[in-house]
Amino acid sequence: MPEEHAEPKDRSTVQSLLRLWPYVKPVRKRLFGAALVAIVASCVGLVIPLVLKWIVDGPVTDRDPGGVWLGALYLLLLGIAEAALFGVRRWMVARPLAGVEAAMRADLYRHLQRLPVAFHDRWASGQLLSRATTDLMLLRQFLAFPLTFLLVNGATILIGFVILLMQQWTLGLVLLTPVVPMVIICLVFETKFSAVARRAQDQVGDLTTVVEESVLGIRIIKGFGRHRSQALSFRSLSERLRTTELGKARLLAGIWSSITLIPELAIGAALVLGTVQVADGGLSAGTLVAFLSTALALRWPVESIGFLLAMSQESATATERFFEVMDVAEEEGASGVEGPVRGSDSAHGEMVFEGVEFRYPDAEPGSVPVLSRIDLRIRPGETMALVGATGSGKTTLTALVPRLHEATAGRITLDGTDITTMSRERLRELVSVAFEEPTLFSASVGENVLMGAEGAGDYELRRALAIAQADFAHGLPEGVGTQVGEQGLSLSGGQRQRLALARAVVGRPRFLVLDDPLSALDVHTEALVEAALRQVLAETTAIVVAHRPSTVMLADRVALLSEGRIAAVGTHQELLRSSPEYAWLMSGAEGAPDAPTEDAFPDLSAEDHLAEKGTR
Amino acid sequence: MTSTTTADTAPAEPTEDAGSAGDRFDRDDLPTPPGATGALLRSLLRPMRARVALIALVLLVQQLSVQAGPLLVAYAIDSGVPAFRDAEYGPLIAVAVGYALCSAVAGGTQYAFVRVSSLVNQDALLDLRGRIFRHAQALSVDFHERYTSGRLISRSTTDVESLRELLSEGLQELIGVVLSFVSISLMLLWLDFGLGSLAVLSFVPLYLLVRRFQRRAGVLYAERSSAIAAVIVKFAETMNGIRPVQAFRREPVNDAHFEGLNNTHRWTNGSAMLEMGRYVVGSRLVANTAVAGIVLWGAYRVASGTLALGVLAAAVLYLRRLYDPIDRLGMFLNSYQSAAASLEKIAGLLAQTPSVPEPSDPRELPALTGEHPGREVVFDQVRFAYRTGGEVLPRFDLTVPAGQTVAVVGSTGAGKSTLAKLLARFYDPTDGRVLLDGTDLRDLAVPELRRGVVMVTQEAFLFSGTVAENIAIGSPDATRAEIEQAAKAIGAHDFISALPDGYDTDVRKRGGRISAGQRQLVGFARALLANPAVLILDEATSSLDIPGEQAVQRAMDTVLHGRTAVVIAHRLSTVEIADRVLVMEHGRIVEDGAPAELIAGTGRFAGLHRAWRESLT
Repeated sequence: MPEEHAEPKDRSTVQSLLRLWPYVKPVRKRLFGAALVAIVASCVGLVIPLVLKWIVDGPVTDRDPGGVWLGALYLLLLGIAEAALFGVRRWMVARPLAGVEAAMRADLYRHLQRLPVAFHDRWASGQLLSRATTDLMLLRQFLAFPLTFLLVNGATILIGFVILLMQQWTLGLVLLTPVVPMVIICLVFETKFSAVARRAQDQVGDLTTVVEESVLGIRIIKGFGRHRSQALSFRSLSERLRTTELGKARLLAGIWSSITLIPELAIGAALVLGTVQVADGGLSAGTLVAFLSTALALRWPVESIGFLLAMSQESATATERFFEVMDVAEEEGASGVEGPVRGSDSAHGEMVFEGVEFRYPDAEPGSVPVLSRIDLRIRPGETMALVGATGSGKTTLTALVPRLHEATAGRITLDGTDITTMSRERLRELVSVAFEEPTLFSASVGENVLMGAEGAGDYELRRALAIAQADFAHGLPEGVGTQVGEQGLSLSGGQRQRLALARAVVGRPRFLVLDDPLSALDVHTEALVEAALRQVLAETTAIVVAHRPSTVMLADRVALLSEGRIAAVGTHQELLRSSPEYAWLMSGAEGAPDAPTEDAFPDLSAEDHLAEKGTR
Repeated sequence: MTSTTTADTAPAEPTEDAGSAGDRFDRDDLPTPPGATGALLRSLLRPMRARVALIALVLLVQQLSVQAGPLLVAYAIDSGVPAFRDAEYGPLIAVAVGYALCSAVAGGTQYAFVRVSSLVNQDALLDLRGRIFRHAQALSVDFHERYTSGRLISRSTTDVESLRELLSEGLQELIGVVLSFVSISLMLLWLDFGLGSLAVLSFVPLYLLVRRFQRRAGVLYAERSSAIAAVIVKFAETMNGIRPVQAFRREPVNDAHFEGLNNTHRWTNGSAMLEMGRYVVGSRLVANTAVAGIVLWGAYRVASGTLALGVLAAAVLYLRRLYDPIDRLGMFLNSYQSAAASLEKIAGLLAQTPSVPEPSDPRELPALTGEHPGREVVFDQVRFAYRTGGEVLPRFDLTVPAGQTVAVVGSTGAGKSTLAKLLARFYDPTDGRVLLDGTDLRDLAVPELRRGVVMVTQEAFLFSGTVAENIAIGSPDATRAEIEQAAKAIGAHDFISALPDGYDTDVRKRGGRISAGQRQLVGFARALLANPAVLILDEATSSLDIPGEQAVQRAMDTVLHGRTAVVIAHRLSTVEIADRVLVMEHGRIVEDGAPAELIAGTGRFAGLHRAWRESLT
């Protein structure tokens, strides 16, 4: 088959695959060298039938035993050369291609770590993981085999046909006739197959999602006895995938059978024609043997084109999937406005929100921003509690300080410096965070806590654990060296929360952001943590998301967040008196004018409620 | 480990030998009973015996048709040429027809093979996926607490994938290789016994090569799969914890750590590819040497007149085909090695027996008779200990009358969550019984059990789909009106209505935007819709603000009025609605009474309550 056919036809396929070039470039010499070696090896394979012809037409016909020995020696040498070239090819690419795969994976990982949190909110980690593993493995295989062999087989076919035509051009032309129908068939196949292949990949993704969710949500499924309906939906999804895969197989079956059938028919025709020519004396028997031997040697290169094209197609999709993520822009660093913009001398340790607005990057234009016109000044050393109804934007507001999300308008200053002018490293060194969802990493307890501070040692570790009432860590099987996280000991929500708190305070940060840090603690532990935390908060500027009066008590002042705006700022007592909404949030008593369920249920103060129950 | 450090919401027993420096992936394995892997593969393929036989038959026919080619060449040269010279066209026409027929059969069998084998693959995979899924779902919560979600996910994804590769590519290779070895050898032996024997003799060094490759590659593949598993774990952990990663500037440290893991994988990956290269070189060398030897001997005999030229030509054509599939055999071994490793892990998972089995002879709950829709709960001499030995509940007796709301308080590790999990039958007691209206929970089938008891936990997980679908998990048959009613009752209607598409908002797309408190409200709406006789709330209000918590309490007072309820809370505000308070410590009840009674007393609860009241003012 002609050379151009050996290349994937679809421009977009080629274009996608060309994007791999930056990763291939460092190993290009090895890769092309290996392809060259493979072409030479396959030429050697093509020369072998010629030696056979020489043996049959020469020594065998002349009954020359010495010539037979010589011919066999040539065959052996060519055989050794072929095997050696095979080895050289593999040796040349094995480590470099493993390197390409590793480099792409490392790049992906590095890139993903630096993508905004908003990106990770949208992308399930399973989707990212499948790109880092199966897709990249596919690409390595593509570089090792389909790419090389599209080249090699194309060259082999070309050279093979030159040899065939040189031997007997009439027979050679007979073998060339199927080229046109095969090209058409391959084109049709590729169009259809790429659509089905993409559909199958997406359906695998859906299936993975159901698996992932049914594992993560196992308590809910069990709690409501829903595992049968879950199994049913899994079954319908996997049956859908099966249907798609069978459709894919139907296409493959079609192309494989035609790729087998058509050239075989041509070889049959050449055989009949060749026999006639031998009978007519126009062709030697040896030439016919060699001719057919060459034609049969070309069978595999021709047949392989079907699956080589399919693999290239899948690799192109994998490349697209890889770059889909790599193309997402990393967060910008500092805005370039150098030097701190000093507000005043007293700015040291001050955290200020000025006209801050936030809407999610993918929010519809014109929708109400999550946060707007946030003006808040937290004095040096002050602790500000952030109180607001569920979904009022408290967590979002705290995420703006370490720039996990970017404010869409306005500015936030620390020490009088706009945080967008600092590097993220510097900013996150200044600000320490404890999240509502306490995540521990696969590392020891000590390492998990100490990642909150550079250069902190054993003393700081003990102090932080003591503040967070996480002294249980010393009683773990291997003390603070005990492995936790996905790969280690599983801890309770309360234990994890206390370690996360220890992590936030270990570095004695200048600015502290605590998002409902005590929600999973029992009352007794909470009281102890609060007492210890007071000392820490005394020397740091902090913002604390609070749902409970007990947490609010940690703060000097309270900011009430209502529908994305700061509704009121003051001390706990002041707000209890002045703000009905605050009073409602803190005690559930005192009707707020816009409290949704206000009218439906009579107000019961805590005491009344309790008394009523108690006497039932 | 003492009970004070025993975790509350999860068993704090070491899932594995914590801190051991061994290979992480090894620890990932569950013990696989001997022979289970083979049994699993057999059981997957057994329903498809007929189809597998059909595949073998199709491939056999294909081999015959393909192998007939050189035979026809020999016939054309040895008989066709002389006959044609005598103006006798019969043999040549026979060659033409025969070759066309063979081509047609080869093409047709190729088509049939791909179709049938894909049917076998897909059905086997469907079966296996379903088995893993159903089994994982049937396994009890304590298993899920020990076997991390990442491992379970990789069992049903990457491990199934490697079996798919084996079935879709490997099986074909294996059957094809075996058939072509056998048929070509027979053909060669039939053509000329001497030449054929020489070819068969070459199988000895080839076999040795295959064995060596299998042995060495086995080790390398195991190392490689451990290496990639370590990469996966690190990757998933980073992405799932991206907030703390960025906030604590872990990126450079992670880069370095990941680089190390990634490089280990790169090295083993390269080594595995090199090993494959060595195998290919060795087998090629044996094959080419054998070809040279056979040609030498054959040509010698043709020259001395003891062998027909056509036979030699056919033999040479066959020889090239004989050794072609050796590389493919290497590929088969390749996919077999990784599939075997995966199947072993899957077999280990499937060999786990649910520690909370469904009853073989389920009983029904007695019809509700009392004025309450609630049911009586009895813990009858219940003892509970983790399998590793940590005893959480030494001996526990408790009777909760139908319709009563019981609040359970106590410090971390007191056994509150264990109590809840026993009542929800997430665990079974080590000794004793948990009774619902006199019926042992172990005798209830799942649907009956869940009409009786529903538990709402602290973690409010949202499934893919709309908000309405998430609420409907409580009762799949619920109408939209019922769903909205449940949301209204719990105070979740307002925020849901404010979402871009209201109840039809896809939670995945906006998943990051629904706050923890809002998720908990959705969780409650589920429970309201499920309408159980007994409701367990395990820290279910931890992320709610006080108004949210009160909405929950009001809903329990109205919608769920008369249900039996067990409420576990750190918050004393939650306790307000209880008829009765239990204070637990070290798995025992230390205080038990009406809230007012306990508050008036001098016990622990009174102290806690005083502190809480003070914080309100």
